Amino acid sequence: MRYLPHTEEEIGEMLAATGRRSLDDLFAHLPDDVRYEGDIDIPGPLSEWELTDHLQDLGQSMFTGSSRAVLIGAGSYDHHQPEIVRSLSGRAEFLTSYTPYQPEMAQGTLQGIFEFQTLTARLLGTEVANASMYDGASALAEALLMTLRIGKKKRTVAISSAVHPHYREVVRTYLAPGPFEIVELSLGEDGRTNLSGLDEIDDLAGVALQSPNFFGVIEDHAAGAELVHGLGALYVACFSEPLSFGLFKSPGSVGADIVCGEGQSFGMKQSFGGAGLGMFGCKQQFVRSMPGRVVGQTVDMEGKRGFVLTLSTREQHIRREKATSNICSNQGLCAMTAAIQMATLGRTGLRQLAKLNYDKAAYLRKGLLAAGARPLFSGPVFNEFAVIFADDFEPARERLLGKGIVAGLPLAPFYPDVGNAFLFCATETVSKTIIDEVLEEVRR
Amino acid sequence: MTHGPGTNGLILEEPLLWEKGKPGRMAYSMPPSDVPEETVDEELLGEGPDFPDLGELDVVRHYTRLSQWNFGIDTGMYPLGSCTMKYNPKINEKMAATPGLASAHPLLEPEFSQGILKLHYELQEYLARITGMDAVSLQPSAGAQGELTAMLMFAAYFRKKNEKRTKILIPDTAHGTNPASAALCGFTSIPLASGEKGILDPAAVKELMDDETVGIMVTNPNTLGLFEEHIREITDIVHERGGLVYGDGANMNAIMGIVDIKRCGIDAVHLNLHKTFSTPHGGGGPGSGPICVTAELAPYLPVPRVAASDNGYILETESEDSIGRVHGFFGNVSVLIRAYSYILSMGPANLKKASQLAVLNGAYVKARLLDTFALAYDRPCMHECVFSDARQQPFKVTTLDMAKRLIDHGYHPPTIYFPLVVSGAIMVEPTETECKDDLDTFIEVCKTIAQEATKEGERLREAPSITKVRRLDETQAARKPCLTG
Amino acid sequence: MKEIDELNLPGDIYYSKEHEWAAKEGDIIRIGISDYAQDQLGDIVFVELPETGSSFERDEEFGTLESVKAVSEIYLPVSGEIVAVNSELEDAPELLNEDPYANWIVEVRPTDIDQYDELLSKDDYVAMLKG
Repeated sequence: MRYLPHTEEEIGEMLAATGRRSLDDLFAHLPDDVRYEGDIDIPGPLSEWELTDHLQDLGQSMFTGSSRAVLIGAGSYDHHQPEIVRSLSGRAEFLTSYTPYQPEMAQGTLQGIFEFQTLTARLLGTEVANASMYDGASALAEALLMTLRIGKKKRTVAISSAVHPHYREVVRTYLAPGPFEIVELSLGEDGRTNLSGLDEIDDLAGVALQSPNFFGVIEDHAAGAELVHGLGALYVACFSEPLSFGLFKSPGSVGADIVCGEGQSFGMKQSFGGAGLGMFGCKQQFVRSMPGRVVGQTVDMEGKRGFVLTLSTREQHIRREKATSNICSNQGLCAMTAAIQMATLGRTGLRQLAKLNYDKAAYLRKGLLAAGARPLFSGPVFNEFAVIFADDFEPARERLLGKGIVAGLPLAPFYPDVGNAFLFCATETVSKTIIDEVLEEVRR
Repeated sequence: MTHGPGTNGLILEEPLLWEKGKPGRMAYSMPPSDVPEETVDEELLGEGPDFPDLGELDVVRHYTRLSQWNFGIDTGMYPLGSCTMKYNPKINEKMAATPGLASAHPLLEPEFSQGILKLHYELQEYLARITGMDAVSLQPSAGAQGELTAMLMFAAYFRKKNEKRTKILIPDTAHGTNPASAALCGFTSIPLASGEKGILDPAAVKELMDDETVGIMVTNPNTLGLFEEHIREITDIVHERGGLVYGDGANMNAIMGIVDIKRCGIDAVHLNLHKTFSTPHGGGGPGSGPICVTAELAPYLPVPRVAASDNGYILETESEDSIGRVHGFFGNVSVLIRAYSYILSMGPANLKKASQLAVLNGAYVKARLLDTFALAYDRPCMHECVFSDARQQPFKVTTLDMAKRLIDHGYHPPTIYFPLVVSGAIMVEPTETECKDDLDTFIEVCKTIAQEATKEGERLREAPSITKVRRLDETQAARKPCLTG
Repeated sequence: MKEIDELNLPGDIYYSKEHEWAAKEGDIIRIGISDYAQDQLGDIVFVELPETGSSFERDEEFGTLESVKAVSEIYLPVSGEIVAVNSELEDAPELLNEDPYANWIVEVRPTDIDQYDELLSKDDYVAMLKG
């Protein structure tokens, strides 16, 4: 086996040095009643060629192995991955290094993550950002736990029902064992969250809204943050499509205390939903309650600029049961990838790309409305939106599937009372030709 | 006097991203628009973030230079104890990028996602067979989230049984994630001291285990690199009092095909795919921390679960007792593809061989360095061994100094100052992918450094000297945090 | 780290087993950490102070001190109400390393002044350190 370099002769010499007679003898002190019986019942070994054939078969059995377009976002977005993002993030020095515990031999990771934190903070409009969380869903759960930590004796958090349904499920999982209550907030006709009634909760620690929300609608964070601050609680702004901040005001700039969400759009393949990237920023005053690793700038013994992991005393390896989170390994390489993507776009490119997404979705939306669909909500949107079809949409959707196009996500499984509603997404990867094809089938 | 591969290199300076570039440059291949421009509501419009504008070569040089300041497994030996820095096979990267898999949308109906669901299902099966456990969830994104998942399951299990248990036993050698994960579930950690042999004493467990205690979290082999030889007795004690046993599988690399986790009496164990199953650490993730459990705990596993049916692979989304989701979708799938590829490349015999050789390498380093460093516990070690700086202290040379000196010789230092029960701990885990020649050089370099400690302490205290930056001022970083530029 | 005979331990104040010092100033008691404590902790990078007006029992944790790689709780040597905190430490935690006696941490109005007399004298404290 090519990963195991030992020759029989070397094994003999090494055993002799350890005073053992055989490889089995190395385990002589293990009790019999816990030993593995027989051989492990798994296939293999496969050669490189056999493995490649096998994975290719699996890939070809996927719809996405031959599809032309998937007009679904809902937390996982199809964006072009620039070749430099793929090749630079795949550099072995980034890929095969550990968490940067020895800063002198990890300055590449450390400066890269410091830059990620900076670009993330600028993107989200927060004063600080951490080195990443697992994904958007757990980032939101950690954000709400953070509001409960800061709120000390407060026990309730409120969350918009337009936050991604899976994110809300993860929040429920994380908060289940604690003495906490989760209140879900309803939506207005414009698809924005209805915040009335919050003042009746007397131990409110935090309120979370997502924008663009699950229906693609842009929430009014400025009004939300003002209202929530008036109640003495913290305002959490969540997101699943950070590209929107290239066009719209950032949540931090309009008052959000914590901004968190999913960064897969920045250079990561969809890969059936992972590995993505949890992004997390907050106001400076809350930095010691923030979960996750952070990199800070400092100097070396000769006064040269350098970077280290810092504020570690918040973390599990030092504070153990009193840590701000149990997180250890996060999504380091994904953070690096996102930073490379942000650098590749720059301010100019991010703006153009965001606008392109906005225009594509607007074109698709207008066309669908012209073809007889009506909007589920009237509020403004970015690159996805929900519509309801008067007639049965399934036949048209089936015909499009036959042409390699997935036209929208049925919303009924997530929201049983929305009826025949579908969530559509159009990014820069969807050509006008594809959109016109979709519209033609809908009109038929 | 042996010197390792470390030498001076051509290391280039590189400023921070925003210290270079010019507004209007772009490294992105922007597609021309083929649809009409749409107006945006002025109220919503922002200015866009203050990102630098860079050209393609600006970006390429920036990250290439940064990468050259980094040390990875591909660069050299990385004997970081407890982290299992084994070789990350190149082919796995290609497999994770397989078209169709890499572009898969997670919300397509299962009939359109059979390939990735098959892979998911088979990997669940393989991990069940490797550990001996009954059911597996691949959803947790890292070891710590796997631990949290198990603790949430334990909490749900006792809630269902209407038992109020609030304490959990955690050995003093445990990773910090153990108590932190337990605390998230409202469990109070009860520290359990290791016995004088460095392993747990069943009598101590018996004394603390009561009807208000959830159970115990055990790392086996433990973080001293020692096998918990009384594991069966300990798990029996916990089960007799109605408790559950959590296994931290961070060190599974030492026991594949050798120890059956279920026979140990463990109810739930997490695996670190980025340790045992060769997926890259990526400078701190993405990892993957599948959780493997007994049939009794299977109903509590996160949903959705991937199952096989007559009509192919399906997603089970409803389960009355499930703790719910811990990930937005299905976990770090691109990492799962790499682990799956590794397991198939290895096959059953080579996985066992990998564990045997990992232990051989650990035992060999221990045997050869016995007369150089003080050994924390003189017992048969598994895949790693823990030394201390006790013999160097009289010369005012610490573990940190020796670790930093190893950098000058071209090695990543071992894990230092962990586990906490050993003062000045030096935890060496060579892993099975290091060959004897390289181990021999590493051992000789360690001996050289120990020699230097007796006569040239200053050289160690000032190490490293050939890196891009020297020792960094961590105090300043923490006192006046500068987290963004 | 300092040897015991290198420590600066003033004789006119009292000490606790947890390495705080206490000094009576009229009807309030000033609390800080001993030279031994600051030396053991190393560079202190952050001080978490209690709120003025809060009350603690004897030996109860009232704040934390952080070095780069450790967190230490600080315990109140006498029961009482916090009447003042040294907020200078929030921006300059290094003051505790520079002079742990000039830089007190909190001032307490004790509920039971007898507890003050039960603290360790310099000699008792040195004896405890010598074990």
